[in-house]
Amino acid sequence: MLRGTRAAVSIPALILSAAFVGYAGLARESGLSLSETLMLTGLVWALPSIVVLTGAISAGMGMIPAAIAVALASVRLMPMTMALMPLLRVEGKTRRWHLLVSSHFVAVTAWVFAMRNLEDLPREGRLPFFFGFGASLTSFVFCVTGASYLLVERMPMMVAGALFMLTPVYFLCSLWGAARVAADKAALLAGLALGPVFFLSLPGLDLLWTGLVGGTLAYLGTRFARRGFR
Amino acid sequence: MAEQVWWWPYAMILVAGWLATDVWRWLGVLLSGRLREDSELLLWVRSVATALVAGVISKLILFPAGALADAPVALRLAAAASGFAAFLVGGQRVVVGVLAAEVVLIGGWLLVGLG
Repeated sequence: MLRGTRAAVSIPALILSAAFVGYAGLARESGLSLSETLMLTGLVWALPSIVVLTGAISAGMGMIPAAIAVALASVRLMPMTMALMPLLRVEGKTRRWHLLVSSHFVAVTAWVFAMRNLEDLPREGRLPFFFGFGASLTSFVFCVTGASYLLVERMPMMVAGALFMLTPVYFLCSLWGAARVAADKAALLAGLALGPVFFLSLPGLDLLWTGLVGGTLAYLGTRFARRGFR
Repeated sequence: MAEQVWWWPYAMILVAGWLATDVWRWLGVLLSGRLREDSELLLWVRSVATALVAGVISKLILFPAGALADAPVALRLAAAASGFAAFLVGGQRVVVGVLAAEVVLIGGWLLVGLG
């Protein structure tokens, strides 16, 4: 678990913090208080959902529509968690509630990092590692968000823009590095191409469709290449 | 609009934020049940999750929120592409890719003169 903590002091932490520095500015402009901003960061822990809810609160949206909007933005966490769990689990030994608690840390950054690095660890060490990594990353980013909410009045445009650019490039590179089989790489390329298409044609549900269509195409295509029509 | 008592935003965060998000993670844990690490089904689930995150990536580049939207779209694409190329050439080290992308973005931004 301490190794996980140590690993959290790293590039993903820097990049994610940068993204949350940007978010703190948005929260402040949206009229959220410091404690609301921090509670959102810690409890939701998935930047897209946080941004959606920030918008909903500042727009005075009701609880049910806001919950639906956030739930739609968060569906993606389910396949991500499903893909991660078999890596974390020791068959017959791992307690389910340990997994349930750790699953709170599933968000794109931690997921990408885990998919890339967990396989190098002995199976017993993976869940403690992931928990240590997730908890440290969350606490650190939590503090960064609070500090920048208080400190960041206005950032120069280019600095803010450069901060926002870190996240996609980091995701792109580490996801490619985490790919183990052809299907992973094909899915990455399919998702890149389909993302904008679905965003323009089916806004709201676009990520879900991108995942389902892109992932299925990639899976079927590479399966055919592996073993023909069987 | 809902009544604005002091605790309302906190209730919103608990129900519409925490519950609406974590419920998917819990479902993911419960549904992963006996999914084996080498099964075809997991391969498909992983493809779906990967494509989905890739969709997040291209949205962040093509339709960014906030300050990045002020950089021309061609510049954003060029920065991401050169970052990825540098990552592939530079021994698949993530730092290399990220730095290259930032150099191209900021350099290009200064050249375009939008800074």
